[in-house]
Amino acid sequence: MAEFKKADGIVDWLDQRLAVKSFMKVMMTQYWIPKKINFLWAMGVILLTMFAILFITGLLLVMYYKPDVALAFDSVNKTIMQEVEYGWLWRHMHGVAASVVFLVMYIHMFTGIYYGSYKRGREMIWISGMLLFVLFSAEAFSGYMLPWGQMSYWAAMVITNLFGGIPFIGPELVEWIRGDYAVGDATLNRFFMLHVCLLPIVVIAVIAFHFYSLRFPHVNNEISEELDFDLEAEKYLAGQKKESKVIAFWPDFLCKDIFYICLFMIFYFYLVCFHYDFAMDPINFDPANALKTPPHIYPEWYFLWSYEILRGFSYEIGLACFGIAQVIFFVLPFLDRSDVVAPAHKRGAFMVWFWVLLLDMIILTIYGKLPPVGINNNIATIASVLFLLLLIVILPVITIMERKAKK
Amino acid sequence: MSSRRSFMGFALGATAAVGGVFTLVGMKKTWDPLPSVKAAGFTTVDLSVLSEGELRTVEWRKKPIFILKKTEQMGQSPTDIVADGSRYTVVIGLCTHLGCIPAFHKDEQKFVCACHGGQFDINGKNISGPPPRPLEIPPFAVDGTKLVLGEEGPEYKKMIEKA
Ligand code: FES
Repeated sequence: MAEFKKADGIVDWLDQRLAVKSFMKVMMTQYWIPKKINFLWAMGVILLTMFAILFITGLLLVMYYKPDVALAFDSVNKTIMQEVEYGWLWRHMHGVAASVVFLVMYIHMFTGIYYGSYKRGREMIWISGMLLFVLFSAEAFSGYMLPWGQMSYWAAMVITNLFGGIPFIGPELVEWIRGDYAVGDATLNRFFMLHVCLLPIVVIAVIAFHFYSLRFPHVNNEISEELDFDLEAEKYLAGQKKESKVIAFWPDFLCKDIFYICLFMIFYFYLVCFHYDFAMDPINFDPANALKTPPHIYPEWYFLWSYEILRGFSYEIGLACFGIAQVIFFVLPFLDRSDVVAPAHKRGAFMVWFWVLLLDMIILTIYGKLPPVGINNNIATIASVLFLLLLIVILPVITIMERKAKK
Repeated sequence: MSSRRSFMGFALGATAAVGGVFTLVGMKKTWDPLPSVKAAGFTTVDLSVLSEGELRTVEWRKKPIFILKKTEQMGQSPTDIVADGSRYTVVIGLCTHLGCIPAFHKDEQKFVCACHGGQFDINGKNISGPPPRPLEIPPFAVDGTKLVLGEEGPEYKKMIEKA
């Protein structure tokens, strides 16, 4: 057994047992962050804050929520909203956070695309990030179902029905997922399990992996400069903080991040207090009714673009394209075949590609909300085709051209 | 020595694989619909109270079932259910596109799904829009003027064979 000395304080006592000092070094004081980064790099920490809020408010809500088709609606809309002290606050915080977390995630993703942060050794960061996006989508969807309102019910109906499109096993699979012939009590309870137990555990594990994968290639920077982190760290530790191109995560970097978190929190609580309804669909304040469909079913705003791709085509093709749209971003590092790591504004055609993609997704989002009639359908199809073309064909072509030009 | 070790490795792997398969089967079955859910899968409808041309919706396995007693003008279709001398359209009232409930437009003699504009004719056949198939026919058995939903009667089997 190792030898233990009499500790000269609580930190030393812990250090002997848990090596807290080296841990702090690796995680905080000697974790190096490039200086040349802007506010867009604060999104990661903001996401972590949002996740913490979701987790804590979720715990408070789950104490009163009842996963039973007969009780769920009232437990949310009556017990939590009217009886539980501050229940309304936790619910609105939870609902708004679930919505804005996607806004921040999209900014985080597009920052990564703009600055090429998914390339050259950072592929695993990107892939684990995309995995988090998918997990969050599942988490959001399973949570959306729990209040058991009309939109919850029909969203669950439509989404579980999508699995019916899988060849051969489709219809049986749908019944198996639902645990009933239609969305019912069994369905509600298993989604409850996913939402409060399984998915959060997996999310936390993947967040840990996301951070771990960041340790090796380190954070990218605004000019995509390749830094020798060891060398720069040496300078920093030798006291040449000005000359060094990096700073320590703690205390230097986090101070700035905390400032951005504060700004974001002002925006967030503004929404919670004055505009919480943007995350609450009015239709969801009608209790679920299996025998009446709302005239127009649409998902929350953050799924609209992929929903629109589903609607943009005939049934089978739409389903296939929808499936592709869900996973296409995973392989971005391999679709972008150029080894140039540079911000988009230094990459000509890539810059155009980036803004067209962003615009196209905004168009898909807008039209995803509109009823699919007349001209809307044509726009949906064009925008969906464009989306797939941009990623599958145009991006590889652009980057192959870049590659050739370099030679 | 090494063969003994590889034997142990193989035995361990095989045991783990068998255990894994059993676990997966068990977990799959846990997710299956419960017996009580399956038992509640039958619904009996009295057809004699229906009036011609009126759509009646009943619930079967938590799904809406459209029952329409056809009038003379509505013609005949191989998917009609004949009971007590009258013809009926009996279909699951869930759009075959994404599962919304189509509405019956009486004057146009059509079922219209508001979700993405799918349309079905009086026999449940898809006539326009994204739905890929006609409205589904639930398993049924005819017993005098009674219709039992959930049971695969001879008339149902014949209809399925032809389709
Ligand atoms: S669900 Fe009926 S047309 Fe899409």
